Amino acid sequence: MTDLDTTTIVGHDLVKRFGTFVAVDHINLEARAGEVVGFLGPNGAGKSTTIRMLCGLLRPTSGQALVAGYDVAREAEQVRRHIGYMSQKFSLYNDLRVIENIRFFGSMYDVPAAMLKEREAWVLEMAGLVGRESTVTGTLPSGWKQRLALGCAVLHRPPILFLDEPTSGVDPISRRQFWELIHSMAADGVTVLVTTHYMDEAEYCNRLILIFHGRIVASGSPSELKQQTMTGELLLIECDPLGRALDALQHVPDIRDLAVFGNALHVVVQHAQTAIPHLRGVLSGQGVTVSRIEPIHPSLEDVFVSLTAQLSAHRT
Amino acid sequence: MPPTVAVTDLTKRFPGITAVDRLTFEVQAGEIFGLVGPDGAGKTTALRMLAGVLTPDGGSATVAGADIIHDPETAKARLSYMPQRFGLYEDLTVEENIRFYADVFGVSRPERVERSQRLLDAAGMSPFTDRLAGKLSGGMKQKLGLVCALIHRPQVILLDEPTNGVDPVSRRDFWRILYSLLAEGICIVMSTSYLDEAERCHRVALLHQGHMLYCESPAELKTHLRGTVLSVVSGDARRIRTALVDADGVLHIWLVGDGVRLVVDDATRRIPELRAALRAAHLSFDRLEVVKPTIEDLFVAVTSTSSGETS
Amino acid sequence: MRCHRLLAIMRKETLQIRRDLPSLLITVAMPLLLMLAFGYGVRFDVQHIPVYVYDREGSQQSQDFLKHFQASEYFSVIKAVDSYPALIDALDAGACRLAIVIPTDFSERLNTGGSVGIQALVDATDNNTANISLSYSESIVQAYNQRLRLDWVQRHGQDVMPPPLRIDTRTWFNENLESTANIVPGVVAIIMAVIGSFLTSLTIAREWERGTMEQLVSTPVTPIELMVGKLVPYFAIGLIDTMLCAGLAIWWFEVPFRGQWGVFVLSCTLFLLVVLALGYAVSVVAKSQLAASQAALIATFLPAFLLSGFLYPIDQMPSVIRIITHVIPARYFMSVIRDVFLKGSPLVYLLDDLLALAVFATLLTLLATRAFHKTLA
Repeated sequence: MTDLDTTTIVGHDLVKRFGTFVAVDHINLEARAGEVVGFLGPNGAGKSTTIRMLCGLLRPTSGQALVAGYDVAREAEQVRRHIGYMSQKFSLYNDLRVIENIRFFGSMYDVPAAMLKEREAWVLEMAGLVGRESTVTGTLPSGWKQRLALGCAVLHRPPILFLDEPTSGVDPISRRQFWELIHSMAADGVTVLVTTHYMDEAEYCNRLILIFHGRIVASGSPSELKQQTMTGELLLIECDPLGRALDALQHVPDIRDLAVFGNALHVVVQHAQTAIPHLRGVLSGQGVTVSRIEPIHPSLEDVFVSLTAQLSAHRT
Repeated sequence: MPPTVAVTDLTKRFPGITAVDRLTFEVQAGEIFGLVGPDGAGKTTALRMLAGVLTPDGGSATVAGADIIHDPETAKARLSYMPQRFGLYEDLTVEENIRFYADVFGVSRPERVERSQRLLDAAGMSPFTDRLAGKLSGGMKQKLGLVCALIHRPQVILLDEPTNGVDPVSRRDFWRILYSLLAEGICIVMSTSYLDEAERCHRVALLHQGHMLYCESPAELKTHLRGTVLSVVSGDARRIRTALVDADGVLHIWLVGDGVRLVVDDATRRIPELRAALRAAHLSFDRLEVVKPTIEDLFVAVTSTSSGETS
Repeated sequence: MRCHRLLAIMRKETLQIRRDLPSLLITVAMPLLLMLAFGYGVRFDVQHIPVYVYDREGSQQSQDFLKHFQASEYFSVIKAVDSYPALIDALDAGACRLAIVIPTDFSERLNTGGSVGIQALVDATDNNTANISLSYSESIVQAYNQRLRLDWVQRHGQDVMPPPLRIDTRTWFNENLESTANIVPGVVAIIMAVIGSFLTSLTIAREWERGTMEQLVSTPVTPIELMVGKLVPYFAIGLIDTMLCAGLAIWWFEVPFRGQWGVFVLSCTLFLLVVLALGYAVSVVAKSQLAASQAALIATFLPAFLLSGFLYPIDQMPSVIRIITHVIPARYFMSVIRDVFLKGSPLVYLLDDLLALAVFATLLTLLATRAFHKTLA
């Protein structure tokens, strides 16, 4: 029904200042119908502030944003009618029954009475709660609650959906089922914006935007980010004893980053092929037995940490 | 050497649910042991029992050489517990919080001063001693909580989801501090619902609805996954999924942001078959390759079969 | 405003209210309690005021006159004494609120057409009761005067001027019958009761709610250390507060202070212990700060306000309620504090009140310690 090339969110030179502190520093972004976009960044980087501006909850200090065609500064009320919002800890009323929550939010979002019955049925089906309408919400396992919260957030079929760490703490199976739902909504043309600290969650997004100190510092699909943003290559070193290995490697100039991962070390070097024999030599020179040393694919977390480290170094 | 933490058949029941069901494991000094699982798996309940804050319904537990059930006060003097909701007093400063916990554990003044300086330096928090704890960022609160937990040189530290809601950079700092403690012989038992953090522990107990499914190192854990994990990177993920879901040898398949991940029974055999199938359906993709399984992959595989759930 | 949204919010609130049992109990139970307390406990009209008489003449006429007091339902003539000191003691001890003294020349004067005054010593600590006692006495005397006059006229054919009988009143303890002197010391007691227990009622519940208690409980700290460590600062604050209020009462409101400071401080200490321990016990048992403060308020403010003798004298309450007041610590403290300010009675009259407070303090402290467990479950 929707033209999948329609841009539903546009932000141009968005700035938000709190006193002298610049929380959001000239951000430009775009999102299309059917896209799932993830916002990543440290706390205080400006993610929540940006989201709040896009939801019409905060006025930009300068810049412009159009959400679902409405200006966030001047038509905030309209903006809010066209978005669905699901927060981390589910804004459901735990002491109400499932069906009571659904009806309540239906009324809040002005769902026309004629459509309400149909939408109620849809939410119950989608959340797997058919037959459990009278269950008190607080007693539901978290996976079900999460899907119910999602259902309640989209009762009014908004074209845009904001999710704030929606699956933290939820078991992986429920998480996958949840993301199935999100992706099917995206296939129907909904634009989904997600903020998260969970790298696992970030992997489910089509596109990721990394925000650091109020600016966008990287953007792309998870694979693109993993390939392009790491300066250097990642090595896995399994060796013993680990402590001595750590000490030995601290002073090797070639190494850009060094971290312990359980029983192994993750090391970022300029060039894997030349580094491997070099490091092997350094370690055995210190009496460390190396059982494995090989290049591995960086995870999103590696990317994230590496990028923010570079940027921090750059600032200081 | 006897283990620093020894748990046998630990059980806790609440009305209508068995939160922890005969949990058994051991942790040595200098080890980081992870209790991993989603919300409701029993992690917090287990840690609370080890901290002596909750009385078990069955089983036994020794922490730092003392029986936590029958001689809790001895054990409590040797352990440190950081609960999920901080034990920090938001209306006291960083310094005052540290001092409180030091005094409660009877740490002498010179020792407290020396140790708190060292810990705060390691945490990068020395400039903030006069700041109210309530005004710290999430990551700094975590670190302060850890400093308070370490001020009395415990033998065992129990951490309940210490990196919840903390961004990855602060999480790495936190882990760096944890690893540096191991050299002192401290043993760390922590819980997390971030499955990727499980990779950082020496050994992991995978918990699901109160039961322990496995208790091994992350590497060993992954060997339990039957099959191989493949990743297909493509912009056309949904259609690829539809095309491959019923293909031979595909055990699980699910959507991710930029493609599809699947578990096949025999990679060498199936990869060419899948490529052919995609070509036949005129579906383009950037890459199709074997990837290392994550703990999440294992968890899904194991819990789908154990509880009979299907996706 | 849209109607359906309004209705939706109303419906949701109603559902939630119905399921919040504790708050419901309060909304239903409180009004009932208040109705009962005010309906039964509160009497502005007075009855059975305890009276002692000292009949110095002991004639048939004086006895006859006294019978009018006995017959009145407002008074309850408890005892006849035969000396002034006995009367004073009785007033001091609170055994009577009104003392009537008949002079030695009572009948002589009346029969010779003269006038005579009987003395009425009234305990004015509760000025309300005192005023009422006086006006009831006046009306008895008036009635008696009427009879005397009729009698005289019948016998002698002419009226007697002035009225033969009068009352010479002496107010005891609160000479100007000022309500301030009555109320203000009482207010000090109410303040202590409420503030003391309200403050401490939050302390434990707050730590559980914030999550810091969970960590404390995992340390070697003992329940006693915890309790004493927490209560001492509140005790200090409470004591300072009380002294401030007492100072204000004395120097601003000019309420007399006739007792001994030592006794005052001792009784304040004991009562503070009682209310602090009560608040602490509430805090240990209540599941949230909200529940704790609600419970503390009900457990201390209402009884202190209604059943301690603050506004409504205990001896005027129906016997059932009077019995209940024996388990209200505030009752004993109210009595002591009023005595210390207005009466200045010797310590011996206050001992049983102080003892009662000490017993309560011990019991509640024990209860509070036992109730606290260093475990979640």
